[in-house]
Formats: sequence, C-alpha cells, structure tokens
Amino acid sequence: MTALRESADRAAATPARGADGRGGLPRARNRRVVPLAAGLVLVLLALAVVAAGTGQLRVPPAEVLGSVLHRLGIDAGPLPSHPNGDAALWTIRFPRVVMAVLAGAALATAGAVMQGVFGNSLADPGVVGVSSGAALAACTGIVFGLNFLGAFTSAALAFAGGLVTTLVVYLLARSGGRTEVVTLVLTGVAVNAVAGAGIAFLTFLADTQAREQIVFWQLGSLNGTRWQYVAVVAPFVAVGLAVALLVARRLDLLALGERAARHVGVDVERLRLVSIVAVALLTAAAVAFCGIIAFVGLVVPHLVRMAVGPGHRVLVPLSALGGAVLLLAADLVARTAVAYADLPIGMLTALVGGPFFFWLIRRTRRRSGGWA
Amino acid sequence: MSAAAVELAGAGYDVDGVTLLDGVDLRVEAGELLAVVGPNGAGKSTLLGLLAGDLHPTRGSVTAEGDPVARLKPAELARRRAVLLQEHRLSFPFAVAEVVRMGRSPWRGTPAEDEDDRRVAEAAAAADVHHLADRRFPTLSGGEKARTAYARARAQATPVLLLDEPTAALDLRHQEMVLGQARDLARAGHAVVAVLHDLSLAGAYADRVLLLGEGRVRGLGTPAEVLRPDLLGAVYRHRVEVLVHPRTGDLLVLPDRTTPEDPR
Repeated sequence: MTALRESADRAAATPARGADGRGGLPRARNRRVVPLAAGLVLVLLALAVVAAGTGQLRVPPAEVLGSVLHRLGIDAGPLPSHPNGDAALWTIRFPRVVMAVLAGAALATAGAVMQGVFGNSLADPGVVGVSSGAALAACTGIVFGLNFLGAFTSAALAFAGGLVTTLVVYLLARSGGRTEVVTLVLTGVAVNAVAGAGIAFLTFLADTQAREQIVFWQLGSLNGTRWQYVAVVAPFVAVGLAVALLVARRLDLLALGERAARHVGVDVERLRLVSIVAVALLTAAAVAFCGIIAFVGLVVPHLVRMAVGPGHRVLVPLSALGGAVLLLAADLVARTAVAYADLPIGMLTALVGGPFFFWLIRRTRRRSGGWA
Repeated sequence: MSAAAVELAGAGYDVDGVTLLDGVDLRVEAGELLAVVGPNGAGKSTLLGLLAGDLHPTRGSVTAEGDPVARLKPAELARRRAVLLQEHRLSFPFAVAEVVRMGRSPWRGTPAEDEDDRRVAEAAAAADVHHLADRRFPTLSGGEKARTAYARARAQATPVLLLDEPTAALDLRHQEMVLGQARDLARAGHAVVAVLHDLSLAGAYADRVLLLGEGRVRGLGTPAEVLRPDLLGAVYRHRVEVLVHPRTGDLLVLPDRTTPEDPR
C-alpha cells in the first residue's frame, strides 16, 4: 500500500514537468483553419464573378470586375462590351448571386447551430419543422390571395410560419423545464407530417395558377431574385449569423451533455432557446424567397467538421462561407446545365444531399452501433 | 460556526411518488474527503445530484457556503463546484486538450482566466493525460476518457469537488492516483465528495464515510465508526468481514465468501 501511495504521489507531482517542460498543454489550434478560410473566400469571389458573367448574355470576368469597380468609383478595367451587359449584371445577375450567397450561408449556419444544440451531426433545420411550417404559411397566403404586404406577403408569412412552428415544437417538446433531444426530434416529425398534410390540402384547394406557384416554391429556386428581396433577407441573415457566433463557445460546452454543460456554467435552457430562434431566423430567411432548399445545412457543416474539427467558433464562420460557395455553385449549375432552362435548385441539392445523408446514417450506425 | 462548503438539511427527493432520498442531514466541510457508499439504488447519485444543484430537493434545503444552491446562477455555481459524472460522453470529436480546457470556461472574464494555461497543464499532468493532448476523445479507451473527464473537473479548480465513482473505469495505479490526489486536495482546503463502491478504498482514503441504504443515512463518521461488519452486513444484505491491515492499519472490507448464504 505504501509503495502504491508513493507512486500516486509521484504521479501527482508530475505537473511541474508538464507546466515548464513543454510550456503547458498546447492549445489545439488547427493549422488548416486559415488556409481553408482563405481558400473558400477566393473560390467564393471567383465563383461570384464567373456566375455573374454566365448566362444567355455572356460577360467575360474582366468586364464583370470592371463594371463593379466603376460602380465603386474606381475607373479601372473594361466595361461590359454588350450594350445591355451592365444592365443585365446589375438588375438580374448580381441580386441572384448575392441571394445565393446569403441563402447558402444562412442554411449552412442554421445546420451547424442545430447540430450543436441537438448534439447530433444528423440534425437538420428541416427536422424541427421550420421549412414545412414556413412553407405552409406561405402557401396559405398564395391560395387565399393574401396581399397585405404586396410582393413580400408570402415571404413575410414564411418568416412568421417558420418562427411560430419552431417555437411550438420547442414548447411541446419541453417537459419539466427541460427538452429531451429525442422528444424534440419526434415532435418535429409530427409537426412536419401535419404541415405536409396542410400543404397537400392547400394544393388540392388551389386554382391552377396558385397550384403552380406552390409547386415551384416547394421545388426551390433563385430565379427572379431582385434587390428588394435581398434587402429583406440580408438583415435577418446578419442577425442570425451574429447570434450563431455569439453562442458558438457555449455550443462547444454543450457537447459534454446537458448535465456536464451545466456543471461548467452553461445556462442550458437559455442557450437552447436562443439557438433555436437563431436557427428559425436563418432558415426562414433562406426559405422565404428561395423556397425549400434541403440538405445544405447537413452537408456543409459536416464537411467543415471533417476538415478542421468540431469547435463551433471555427465551424460556424467556415460553414457560412462553405454554404455560400455551395449554393452559388449549385445555382450556377441549375441555370446552365440545360440550355434555356432554369432547373429547380432544391431538386439539385436534394439529389446530391439525399445520398450523402444516407451515407452519413450508415457511417453513424456503424460507428456507434445504433442511434447513440 | 462558519457555513459549510455544502450542507443538506432534512433533504429528501421524490420521483413520481417514489422516495429516492429522505431526511438527509449532512455538512461537507472544507478540508475533508467524504466518501459516499451504499448498495445499488441507495441514493448515492441522487445525493450527488442534490449537492451539485442538478436536482432540487422535494423536502429540506441544499446550501453552498450558506447560499441556497437553487438560487445560484449556473456560472456562479460552476465557480464553486466541479462535478465528475460516471458517464463521459461527447457529441463531437474534440481533442483531449480542448476537453480539459472546457473546465476553465466558468472563469472566462474573471482575473482567474490568466491561470488557464497553468491549470489546464497541471490538471492534464495530474490525471496522466498529458501525452494524450492531441488525441480525439472518441478514440480513447474507457479509462482514458474517465481520466480526461477527471482532468476537466480538476482544471475547474473549485473549492468543492464532487466525484461520482471516479475510480470505476480505472486500473489499480490510476485508482490510487486519483484518490491520493483527492485526499491531497482536501488537505489543501478543498471539500471533496466521492461516491465509491470499493469500501477498502473508502476506508484507506476518506476522512469520513457516509453510508446510505434505501434512501436514508445509515452511518456517518470516520471509516472505523462506519465500516463495521454488522452495519455493512445489514445495509448490503451480505455478510462482510472487516480486517485491519497488519502493517498500515488500513481497514480492508471483504465479502464473506465462506457462509451458507453465499448464492453459489
């Protein structure tokens, strides 16, 4: 016994070596963060220039840059040579590019925050019913011809519907002041089912024109984006992103589990509520004008996590960048893959995201032997 | 008398009409290592939950240095007590160094933040996980995960340390290491509460032992006062022998395997 205690004392005495010998425990800084962030920014800028110049009216990248610089008051680079080039860029292409960047960033950030709150990398904003709630509210507006905010009516309804649905799910899933993750997810499933039934009923009620509108909105598209829409979406995305960055550090602690997170000082209930409102805000912002674009929130945070690890202070901003790149690229494909046709972008992301989701499920099950 | 580090007064806890804990009076003082022992379902983890502020008592009160625990904010509570749970789960694959550093989060924005690096390094070395610093948590063995969680609780550097079966997943050397450190922390002025299943470990390291049985206090005192064959036999419903180590004088608690009651 005495010998054992001596060895225990020796082990206890090792801090001295750890503290001075290696200058403390290394901070787990990831050397890949800065190159990845820089790379994503460069790709995003290049993609934006190419996307803006691509379409039925082609504008070479140099002329796109020249047009932007002239608007900024810098007299450099060539202006678009086509007589309608400048107008096409500023009234059609740029709003669409900016909207793709905003919606992609919003969806991916919403996914990252949602997964942090659920402690499960399979969670998706759609899971809690934001998308379907937003869709139901917007469809109601379309079918009953609501027009109280003019062109923005269905968008405003989508915002409201998404927020209300998320809060309802959250309140229903609480019991005894706490929210069990499984309860929350299953409540989301139930709400999704009810909202789906509502949308089906509305589709049945609607006249031909409204039905067509509903279908296109559900498919998801950035077609017809205007600066006014961008101006509505941008502040919501900015606020949502700011909140996501603010809660990032506490989301790391939540990974310890609710109890242990409380033990290190996290007000878990408040963190959940703030995060869920941020998710609702970001998802509704994207859904409002672009329709339902699935799986961006699932795919992007997952890839970022694989590259730089799970720390949310890095995950949130890099997911925003990655989501912007992904959606911009997807939109470019959507409007150029088939000549003279604008494919629904929601269909494209689901086509790629669905199999990815399946692969994730298989991998998760293999790793943790079930639904841990 | 000054306020105890943590105090339970007439504390009881019910779930769905079932009483898990009742009539517990306990003062945990700074400078002592208190071992909580008892059979399965005796209420040990419930007691720890009450002390930690995770559970609110159905009857009676829980106070930390005189303040009702229920009224303390999570961050304030986290600067007073650290908790090591039995389960060590992590939703995302953080590195060991990041997990240990999470123990410092209650001190963000306080002067103690300056000590973060030193505390983290010390805790990692004390828990013998320094060499695992860059490893991802899910790739660790059970014992390594337990030591990482212990390092996190230690890095929190709180006056009160609550350990739920800290030795369960550990090998012999690390069991002795952790309890030896718990005793050293108590000597340095911390209040340490450890739920233990190994009664001999409790006898060797604890200043006081709290014996629970069916949700009630069955014994509270020095190891010699509580670890008696008759009392343990009644509470555990199995005959127990208590021997005195011939050289160190430590109490050795062994199940009596020679009696006819033996299920074999």
